[in-house]
Amino acid sequence: MKNKVLKRIVLFPIIAYALLLILLPLVYILFLSFCQNDSYGGMIYHFTLSNYLSIFDITYIGILLKSSLIGLVTTFLCICISYPFALVLRERSKNVQNLMTKLIMIPFLTNSLIRTYGWIVLLRKNGVINSALIGTGLIHEPLGLMYNNLGIIIGMTYTLLPFMMLPVCSATFKIDNNLIEAAKDLGAKPLSIFKNIIIPETLPGVFNGSLMVFMPAIGYFFISDILGGGKAMIIGNLIKNQFLTARNWPFGAAISMFLLIITFLLIYIYRKLGGKLDDLGGM
Amino acid sequence: MKTVVKLENISKSYEKGKYVIKNLSLDVYEGEFLTLLGSSGCGKTTILRMISGLEHVTDGKVYIDDKDVTEVDPTKREVNTIFQNFALFPHMTVYENVSFGLKMKKINKQEIKERVTEVLKLVELDGFEERYPSQLSGGQQQRVAIARGIIMNPKVLLLDESLASLDLKLKKMMQIELKKIQKKLGITFIYVTHDQDEALTMSDRIIIIEKGVIKQEGSPKEIYEHPNSVFVADFIGESNIFKSTIIHIDENKTIVDFDGKHFSIPRNEKDEIGKMVNIMVRPENVTISTEPFQNAIKGVIKTIVYDGSITKLFVDNEGDFDLRVTVKGSVDYKEGDTTYIIVDDKDIVAIREENHEE
Repeated sequence: MKNKVLKRIVLFPIIAYALLLILLPLVYILFLSFCQNDSYGGMIYHFTLSNYLSIFDITYIGILLKSSLIGLVTTFLCICISYPFALVLRERSKNVQNLMTKLIMIPFLTNSLIRTYGWIVLLRKNGVINSALIGTGLIHEPLGLMYNNLGIIIGMTYTLLPFMMLPVCSATFKIDNNLIEAAKDLGAKPLSIFKNIIIPETLPGVFNGSLMVFMPAIGYFFISDILGGGKAMIIGNLIKNQFLTARNWPFGAAISMFLLIITFLLIYIYRKLGGKLDDLGGM
Repeated sequence: MKTVVKLENISKSYEKGKYVIKNLSLDVYEGEFLTLLGSSGCGKTTILRMISGLEHVTDGKVYIDDKDVTEVDPTKREVNTIFQNFALFPHMTVYENVSFGLKMKKINKQEIKERVTEVLKLVELDGFEERYPSQLSGGQQQRVAIARGIIMNPKVLLLDESLASLDLKLKKMMQIELKKIQKKLGITFIYVTHDQDEALTMSDRIIIIEKGVIKQEGSPKEIYEHPNSVFVADFIGESNIFKSTIIHIDENKTIVDFDGKHFSIPRNEKDEIGKMVNIMVRPENVTISTEPFQNAIKGVIKTIVYDGSITKLFVDNEGDFDLRVTVKGSVDYKEGDTTYIIVDDKDIVAIREENHEE
């Protein structure tokens, strides 16, 4: 009895936080997305679906597709980097595993905007990477590493990598060693073990990571602003522009809700395919 | 008999200077059911893993079918393992699990299908092809694990405490089942267990291991009836062990004294008067009576345990030592009764251990 009261007291701030700072703004955005916009950036509280319908304009569909492509490439790169890392760490002791996963987290205690600016020093025409490559004579002309889609993808992959790393690592570490030994015992070579045991067993982790990489990768406008040179527009930029430049809040809200719907849709598909929600939270 | 697995002076150490297995040699014959029996941590699983190749030997050689496989990868050894927790692939159906090894060998689909059907019939799991391991009972999972191993036609099937996780009744059933499957296929089974009952029930030959060393090997009957050490006598079944002293040596028999009672044992050339000999008698081989008998050991019944088909009596001999007596059926005695225990010379096993006093 006493315990229950205590539990409620402890839980209250968390629930209050979630209600006030997550749910309430979300409801407000949902509300906005059904409002009309007036020509001076104000709101007319009159129900309309036109905001949602205008998303399906060819311009916006183009941005959506391009963002998705950047998001997919970023997600794919994150998966490709995370697996070798997780598989090598799997063989190490618990202490090494803990240390390494903490090391991944450390850069993320610094502001991501500052870290993104840091990449300019590395990627620009006379930056560290180009200078080094020219210095060693590998190339003669500097590579265009930024102010293009490549720059955005490099920045996104770097920034979002931990969101893939952590779930993939935790899923990989959890695989029962007996399963891998049993596969070996039955004649499976490393590649077959990876394909037949590791991938299926870590799929929920990868899906979890993919959600957490893909969604921000189409939304982190500051990365596309800084490393894409403002030329490229991803959905994040589109939403930002609607709120700050075009001052069309209802349309911005509608695109935001649209992204949320896509997220739920992906989770729904995942569950339909037999995935468990518990596995998604397994960090 | 043809040797199918040969271990030659193998050693294993994880830390420098500390050996889990030391200089162990063992021949395993074709078609036999061999059990490695020992308490947990004795190194028996390590031996199994060195045969399968999942563990490297620190020293020595491993031969399978006369080929030196010491450096051969587990994927290429013609042995298969049934793991303690079965290690079924949870995301694969029974069919996919059982066919996994053949798929790795790139055998054509038609043949795989035929062999899976055949082997599932053998373990009585036909019709379960599309189930997932989580939808099966413990016993069924066990049989899938066996099917997944034997479908590979291994030279040897290695079983690591494979029945330990099953409940008693199922375990008893699976013991007989395993033995039946082994006889039918004629494959050599090497079974690792700490359960002496299991070892006695299933094995053709038992190897008793303690601290990485073979203590005794032989058929279940040999080991049960003629343990060569106090450790083995104590480990296999229940026993009464008396430390007795040699008081007389005849032409072909030796007379020993224990607590003023005299027993005759076959003579050993190393016997000397005054030397200590352990004599062992199984609880089911002694006779208990309320009448005083010549040369009978007197004692008071401390505890009576009724166990259905048998009754176990624990008899206290004036605090000096405990005697275990097993009687068929039930008894009329009460706890606290004074009884006399008669030990027949022919039921006595003398255990002479050199430099080994326990």
